[in-house]
Amino acid sequence: MSKNSVKPLVEVENLKKHFDINTGFLSTKPLKAVDDVSFSINKGETLGLVGESGCGKTTVGRTLLHLYKPTGGRIWYDGREIRTKEDISYLRRKASMVFQDPYSSLNPRMTVSDIIGEPLDVQKKYTNKNERRDRILELMNYVGLNSEHASRYAHEFSGGQRQRIGIARALAVDPELLVCDEPVSALDVSIQAQVINMFVELQEKLGLTYLFIAHDILVVRHISDSIAVMYLGKMVELSDADEIYNRPLHPYSKSLLSAVPIPDPKTARERKRIVLSGDIPSPLNAPSGCPFRTRCPYATEECATSMPQFEEVSKGHYVACHRVNEIN
Amino acid sequence: MPLLEIKDLHTYFYTDAGKVKAVNGVSFSLERGKVLGIVGESGSGKSVTAYSIMQILEGNGEIVSGSIKLDGQELVGAGEEVMKKVRGNRISMIFQDPMTSLNPTYTIGKQLMEAIMLHTNRSKKEAYDRAVEMLRLVNVNEPLKRMKQYPFELSGGMRQRVMIAMALACEPDILIADEPTTALDVTIQAQILELMKSLQEELGMVIILITHDLGVVAQMCDEVIVMYAGSICEQGTVDEIFYNPCHEYTKGLLRSIPTTSDVEKLMPIPGTPIDLLNMPKGCPFAPRCENAMKICIKQPAETIKINDNHTAACWMNVKKGIDEGKIVFDNDMEGGDLQ
Repeated sequence: MSKNSVKPLVEVENLKKHFDINTGFLSTKPLKAVDDVSFSINKGETLGLVGESGCGKTTVGRTLLHLYKPTGGRIWYDGREIRTKEDISYLRRKASMVFQDPYSSLNPRMTVSDIIGEPLDVQKKYTNKNERRDRILELMNYVGLNSEHASRYAHEFSGGQRQRIGIARALAVDPELLVCDEPVSALDVSIQAQVINMFVELQEKLGLTYLFIAHDILVVRHISDSIAVMYLGKMVELSDADEIYNRPLHPYSKSLLSAVPIPDPKTARERKRIVLSGDIPSPLNAPSGCPFRTRCPYATEECATSMPQFEEVSKGHYVACHRVNEIN
Repeated sequence: MPLLEIKDLHTYFYTDAGKVKAVNGVSFSLERGKVLGIVGESGSGKSVTAYSIMQILEGNGEIVSGSIKLDGQELVGAGEEVMKKVRGNRISMIFQDPMTSLNPTYTIGKQLMEAIMLHTNRSKKEAYDRAVEMLRLVNVNEPLKRMKQYPFELSGGMRQRVMIAMALACEPDILIADEPTTALDVTIQAQILELMKSLQEELGMVIILITHDLGVVAQMCDEVIVMYAGSICEQGTVDEIFYNPCHEYTKGLLRSIPTTSDVEKLMPIPGTPIDLLNMPKGCPFAPRCENAMKICIKQPAETIKINDNHTAACWMNVKKGIDEGKIVFDNDMEGGDLQ
């Protein structure tokens, strides 16, 4: 988005994922986890996806990789639309995922070399055992693990090192795209920085493209080229990372940014905070019209009747708000 | 006299793998009307310090030595009867997870009233009125309806409000909040922090806020204690800690978090947090410290006064003091150690 000459690696248009929730005997209700979300990510860049729990950011990541079957919408990868089984296996050879919890996402019965080697086995990426071993050691080297770690089990490692194992596994298939779902939120602050830096270095070295999903806006801003903000299954704002951080236009983005505690006492004292009233509505009973209207200080009748369009208000800055021009 | 005074507190856990010195010589005192932040990473002993004050340690944990004085009254070894009167009445605590700290089988009203009737001589009717009043105080909407609801019917932020209401029902002098907003979303966290700050000003109590989030500390606290591996590295006013850090660990922490200033490379602290079963002889942070000197590995640093509002336990300050001629050489210290 910041560089127009670069072709997008991933394009998503009106992506929808609805889950059927049992609400009683033989009755179900659709839960619109992701509703009409569109974005694109350029090759070698990072899109940060932020929002609060239940806003659908994880579902976007999983649906993008067809771990969930999309209810609607279209996905293109490198110009190829992903529709058939063949398309999906093509996509999975090109993209992989890093999960949040480094404790539950690694098999406790497998050694590190088997965990990292499994994707190689599945995709038959080697011709003999030596090649497999060398590739595993190369991957471990990428993420800062020693060769002596190869025969150990996941429980012998700390959280940060486990996350490194998870990243090495994700890199095994030689992906171009990594979907990182809250990869650093379970880690301690000092370890978090180590892992964030590793993501940055790997991107430079391997030319990776990231969809970086997190709720910590300071982390997302640090690593991303552009940022998308989600609320109750909808994307409410999308723009260049610095632009959205310094000049958020959607009332939800504004309050979200102002609610982030800043690690600087003077700024914290001087800063005006917009504290939203109320809780996030259940996605099962999402408000009519704009999903944010029940907590929005600027909501009018129009907001209750129609869903605002996701429109480009200035170059590369998309917002879904009826009153975006009046309130800014 | 300080409201709370802790001296050389040692709390150990006896596990199958060995003795874990979770709190290893912690001392601090606290005046009325302040918000104290205790920061540190997992396993640094911040929660165990709080549990020691409340004396709610798990079975294999024990306060081995030290003193905890509340208004001059010694609590260590005072016995369970005394502590029962202290808990809830004088010192209250709220926990990280509002989902599991409420009983799922009782209504909110019953749980609040139980807490009130246990600590005061109120009748059932009076306790009911007080419970509703407390729910109003913490900005729970429709308090009469909430009284009849069960915890699962409330959102996470609402449950944390109920926990705060319960903790404050008997007007304690000290509220210990152990990661009170870690499980909550950012916008809900902002609501709860604002509520705590305004209640603190209104009721004039002391809050001990335990957190790993330096942003929350900057926003909420007057004073800060930084802990690492069971001991206090550094202690001071919030401005001193953020703008004049005097311990290598604090400096490292501040360098490793993304801030508002323009994006530059983060400087992480190398290595991993220490194994409490294998504590080094010297400064616990020395194995990860880039500026570690010989003496740091040999013996733990003494706590040194930086100024009236600031103390730190780091040998770098001694070296700086000697270089500037403010500290005179001690006989038993070898000059070569400070390198």
